[in-house]
Amino acid sequence: MLHEKIIFAGFGGQGVISAGKLLAIAAMKEGKEVSHIPSYGAEMRGGTANCAVVIADDPIASAIVHKPTICIVLNEPSLDKFEPLIQEGGVLIYNSSKINRKPVRTDITVYEVPCNDISESNGSIRAANMAAIGALLKVKPKLASLESMNTALYEGISERNHKHNPINIKVIEEGYKFIN
Amino acid sequence: MSNEEIVYKKSPSMMERETHYCPGCTHGVVHKLIAESLDELGVEDAIVVAPVGCAVLIYDYMKLDGVEAAHGRAPAVATGIKRVLSDKIVISYQGDGDLLAIGLGETIHAANRGENITVIFVNNAIYGMTGGQMAPTTMPGQKTTTSQSGRMADDVGLPIRACELINTLEKPVYIERVSCHNGANILKAKKAIKKALLNQKEGKGYSFVEVLATCPTNWGLTPKKAYDWLEDTMIPYYPLGNFRDQEV
Amino acid sequence: MSDKILMKGNEAAAEAAIIAGCRYYFGYPITPQNEIPEYMSKRLPEVGGTFIQAESETAAINMVFGASSTGARSMTSSSSPGISLKQEGISYLAAAQLPCVVINVSRGGPGLGNIAGSQGDYFQSTRGGGHGDYRTIVLAPYNCQELADLTLEAFDLADEYRMVVLILADGFLGQMSEPVVLPEPSGKKFNKDWAVGIGRKNKVASLILSPEDGLTKHNYVLKEVYDKVETEVRKYEEYMLDDADYLLCAYGSSARICKQAITELRNKGIKVGYFRPITLWPFPYDELLNASKGKKKILTVEMSLGQMVEDVKLAVNGSIPVDFYGIPGGMIPTPEAIIERVESYE
Repeated sequence: MLHEKIIFAGFGGQGVISAGKLLAIAAMKEGKEVSHIPSYGAEMRGGTANCAVVIADDPIASAIVHKPTICIVLNEPSLDKFEPLIQEGGVLIYNSSKINRKPVRTDITVYEVPCNDISESNGSIRAANMAAIGALLKVKPKLASLESMNTALYEGISERNHKHNPINIKVIEEGYKFIN
Repeated sequence: MSNEEIVYKKSPSMMERETHYCPGCTHGVVHKLIAESLDELGVEDAIVVAPVGCAVLIYDYMKLDGVEAAHGRAPAVATGIKRVLSDKIVISYQGDGDLLAIGLGETIHAANRGENITVIFVNNAIYGMTGGQMAPTTMPGQKTTTSQSGRMADDVGLPIRACELINTLEKPVYIERVSCHNGANILKAKKAIKKALLNQKEGKGYSFVEVLATCPTNWGLTPKKAYDWLEDTMIPYYPLGNFRDQEV
Repeated sequence: MSDKILMKGNEAAAEAAIIAGCRYYFGYPITPQNEIPEYMSKRLPEVGGTFIQAESETAAINMVFGASSTGARSMTSSSSPGISLKQEGISYLAAAQLPCVVINVSRGGPGLGNIAGSQGDYFQSTRGGGHGDYRTIVLAPYNCQELADLTLEAFDLADEYRMVVLILADGFLGQMSEPVVLPEPSGKKFNKDWAVGIGRKNKVASLILSPEDGLTKHNYVLKEVYDKVETEVRKYEEYMLDDADYLLCAYGSSARICKQAITELRNKGIKVGYFRPITLWPFPYDELLNASKGKKKILTVEMSLGQMVEDVKLAVNGSIPVDFYGIPGGMIPTPEAIIERVESYE
């Protein structure tokens, strides 16, 4: 029974809130129960931002995530903040392009993904969040398919930004392939 | 009987009822001027927003729809009504405490939005209904129950001039100060009020008429002396005249 | 699944209001409800409506007063400190029996507090934050779908009883996105011959100075309406209560945490369920009393220092023990804390 509690975290501007929302839309398209809740307000502007996404087969009781089963962290302060909270046996995907230290937990599965490097080598300096999404979909294929994610990119992003989607899709694929 | 003609009669928009206003109070005069103006403009379905103050019962004296606003909120209430009923004449009738103290924010912003309403501001330099306390328009040195030695500018500042304040805004189309302390001025007041209502009827926008008025009871004066006091004390500080008429 | 849209709670509420026929919105910015005025500023002109960003909360509720006095469906929204400012207008609306909908996407208090979701406004909502003997219907949704559904229904309730209907959401719910199926309008029609502007020379007023007992009589008129609402409008949800030893009582976001705790407690063999009031006024006293029969204890869970717990105690009137767990100031209780408390009863 699918019930994943996911935290996306990073600096404001790294696109963690929208990455979470796109993932939620993709999963919703597959008929799964989803919720998305951002950190908001002062935290949005400059500091660390995060959102909690729950994806489940059954109706979601609490959308608030105290102990995530999956964490995707794009910067070091977020690693410091969320690594200790991950449930035992959970998953951590961290952005090694921007995080110098190694995670210390040994009771979780850790994936090192150079999200910014993947993004930049595909022609965008802004799609690190998409690289992380790609990696996540490979690690946890039950969350959503790549196809659903592509649909979400067009339904969840305003039309004027659709021009970025070819690169977004490419970066997601590269992030996906990065995980062996 | 054949040579007699009616030269004056009660406005059909007024109710057959005596007002509760004190002898020498000019609220009744202002009510009458509004009613006559509406009659002459052929408006039978105006909506008056009553303030908190002596005129709170205005809708008991006029054959209009009436909405009673909380203290100072009449321009906001009038805004809400007018935005739904854009084809009705909406009048915000307010006193000095209502318009310039507790409701200053609503006053300025309704004017600044250029709401297509008519604001009739009755300035009698005192809080009448609550028993004679100092108003934002109380004159320097004027004794009230909360300025018993007379209004001291060093302590509480000087009276606020509403027309001048509103005249700093771009959107109002008509701003005029009139008085109703004698016949000649009452006729001028009528003209201004009618113009302000006509502007609204024609969809021109926000019109503001300040009427200098008396409160003999709380001023502690006879009606006659109250009219004299208005002329001698208030008019020099609150100059009469038109501040803006977009047609001029 | 195609009819489901992932919507933020605030936006779901705004769209539901438009579906309900609300064409007049007046508001003032305050976090965490800003998506409501933002959404309205875009959508209302598209459907021929009016949006005004008022100069203050006070002005906004009084614009609602004006619009509502014409019989038009209108609303405002805010968050806790702004709702405090609206209380004057709410009292006047209640006195004049004007229908309208007010959404409170509440945040931590007192004072400026913070911007996280909180349930510190229960007293304000249910006990009347404004002056005088009046009531407002208070609806407390716990997810985005219910927020949309109840917002739609709120307009019907407001018109039916000529009352202010308050939606008590919170910052978490307002900011959260969930799949929402937008509700259909009920199509109900309401008689509004009391409105101004319909050629009847109507008065919308709240001052009653004479006769001496005029206001008293008016208060009894209001009470008659409130009594009717108390018998006709009671909403609540019962969850896994049939075999439960312990009853959790919570509303809104707290109830969601309880739901999670219930699953985990039942996995541990502890039989627990919840009673979730959806109308906070009228509070479902009798229904809670019935639900509590045969239980060992009630644990009331709130994101506050304990406000609804007073109604819970009134409901059971000493018949079973009532415990409280809460956390104020914009924090949310953890399922673990609730589990630990219930385990301590064993």
